[in-house]
Amino acid sequence: MSAAAETRRASALRRMRRGHAPGQGRVGSIIVLMVVTVLVLVPFAWVISLSLTPESEAFGSVSLIPAHPTLENYGTAFSDADLGRALLNSGIVGVVTVVTNCLLAVLAGYAFAMLPFPGNRAVFYTLISTAAIPISVTLIPLFLMARGIPLVGGNDILGHGGSGLLDTLAGVILPYIVMPMNIFLARQFFLSAPLEMGEAARMDGAGELRIFFSVYLPLAKPLIAVVAIFSFTGVWDDFLWPLVVTSSQEVQTVQLALARFLGSGNVQYGPLMAGTVIATLPVLVVFLFNQRSFISGLSDGGVKG
Amino acid sequence: MATTVILPADVDSPPAGRTSPEPGGVRKRRRWSRTALIGLLFVLPAGLYIVIFQLVPVLYGLVLSFTKYSPLSRSGPVFTGIENYTDLLSDADFGSALLVTGRYVLQVLPITVILALGLAILVNRPFKGVGLFRSALYVPHIVSLTAVSMVWLWMYSQTGLFNEVLGWFGAPAQSWLLDSDSALNAVSAMRIWKALGSNMVLLLAGLQSIPRDLYEAARVDGAGRWATFRYVTLPGLRPMLVYVIAMDIIYLAQGFAEIYVLTQGGPLGSTTTVNYLIYTEAFQYNSMGSASAMAFVLFALIIGFSLLTIRGVMGRNR
Repeated sequence: MSAAAETRRASALRRMRRGHAPGQGRVGSIIVLMVVTVLVLVPFAWVISLSLTPESEAFGSVSLIPAHPTLENYGTAFSDADLGRALLNSGIVGVVTVVTNCLLAVLAGYAFAMLPFPGNRAVFYTLISTAAIPISVTLIPLFLMARGIPLVGGNDILGHGGSGLLDTLAGVILPYIVMPMNIFLARQFFLSAPLEMGEAARMDGAGELRIFFSVYLPLAKPLIAVVAIFSFTGVWDDFLWPLVVTSSQEVQTVQLALARFLGSGNVQYGPLMAGTVIATLPVLVVFLFNQRSFISGLSDGGVKG
Repeated sequence: MATTVILPADVDSPPAGRTSPEPGGVRKRRRWSRTALIGLLFVLPAGLYIVIFQLVPVLYGLVLSFTKYSPLSRSGPVFTGIENYTDLLSDADFGSALLVTGRYVLQVLPITVILALGLAILVNRPFKGVGLFRSALYVPHIVSLTAVSMVWLWMYSQTGLFNEVLGWFGAPAQSWLLDSDSALNAVSAMRIWKALGSNMVLLLAGLQSIPRDLYEAARVDGAGRWATFRYVTLPGLRPMLVYVIAMDIIYLAQGFAEIYVLTQGGPLGSTTTVNYLIYTEAFQYNSMGSASAMAFVLFALIIGFSLLTIRGVMGRNR
């Protein structure tokens, strides 16, 4: 071994024994991180500031701290874009989606892990592979199917004549009732759940549904949290499907209400930014209380949007 | 499905005794088939739903792509064979939209992945307050694309943040989104900012799955920073890198909300992505057959490029 390599090795060993060289390089990387973080977050600071700036001050150069902060933009956002109605609609759509996914998708994932049937793996992979289908492929067929659902919205038994689920909240919910990724997450979770508890309950004569609901579901709180968070943010954030399936203001979602500001030609940024803050708040609050679930859910299940 | 790349090792080998029937007599076998039946029943609601509202639409869309169909017409779709596809070959708008989509993916993807990797390495080391950086950098990802686009719409506006900053240096204001030379770049900058956090978190998870003793070994062998990165970090990160790149391609190639909010496809079609063109073709021009054909061409391209990426990144070590 050459002398140079020898010294390198010796100094490496010394470094290892000492642990990390204190401070070395770390200060530099923290400064880089601080700069990047500020750059990433600066737009949000301006948004909040702009949402509090009165219209009279909004012309010309806007300072980060408004001279006369006001909530008038928030009032305008609610009255001009009917934001209250939109929040209610998005809330209903979100809650229904969370409930159906926590029940149906989690039940399916549970069965794939705990109650396997012949061919279950092929069925499982077929179902979750649908998560990779681009929205543009299913958009038009789903629109036509929503319109053609029999016996609703003035349709006859063959699905003709009316508008089906178009322009209804049920129509907005339609594509989200079971999200394949949630089945995947649930199966992953239950694969590592203990079998003994179910066996014991089975000995006591409990039915399978009862075992699911009273033995395993209470164990699955972290899973339920992740499924609920991702289902909710998924529908809350979606834009293209609500845009296509709804037309009237009564059923518009929050994201559509935001976009309505654009239709009026001359964009009023104060109310628009107030609306943006309101539309973002629910997801942001959920995030701040569940950062761990958010981040581990993303890296475990690969959920991304 | 790209997710399979990051499954924990046990995903395909459930604990013994779960999939195979217990050895033994008729009684036990009958019990096994009963639980299997119940399992099937539990899967049925979700399974049927996905078949009806995910798989059937794909087939339906494929059929539509061989027809002419306006949702306003009283008659149903009219079969026209491969005409929609052959028409796309000479469709200048579609060609342009393909180029725009390609450029969009190609200029956002490398920058966002490389920046995210750099950030992931920085927040991988434990220090006080590292969690704060991880969360703060992740915030743009949790804010909806629509809301984020609204924010950037203001920043790009005549009186917005960018022109304000230019003004400090005495530079003239730019019309970022209204100029066909800069509009797509402006949208791309927004998407880079938006995608940074989620890519960083995924790559961070990848970094943390690399065994520590590999780094110790590299250090003992006297490997420098670059050599450690090249021979330890990069190979260990490969599966996650594939996943991140494939998912980015899938999502970027479907850009819509940001285009709708920021530019409406303009100016002069310079930001009309394929997805935006499909939307206008289907829901403004009511031409659902040709829009479906476009969707399937896009679908094929996305699958093709994702597979190419997987081969390109995984290739050498397999």
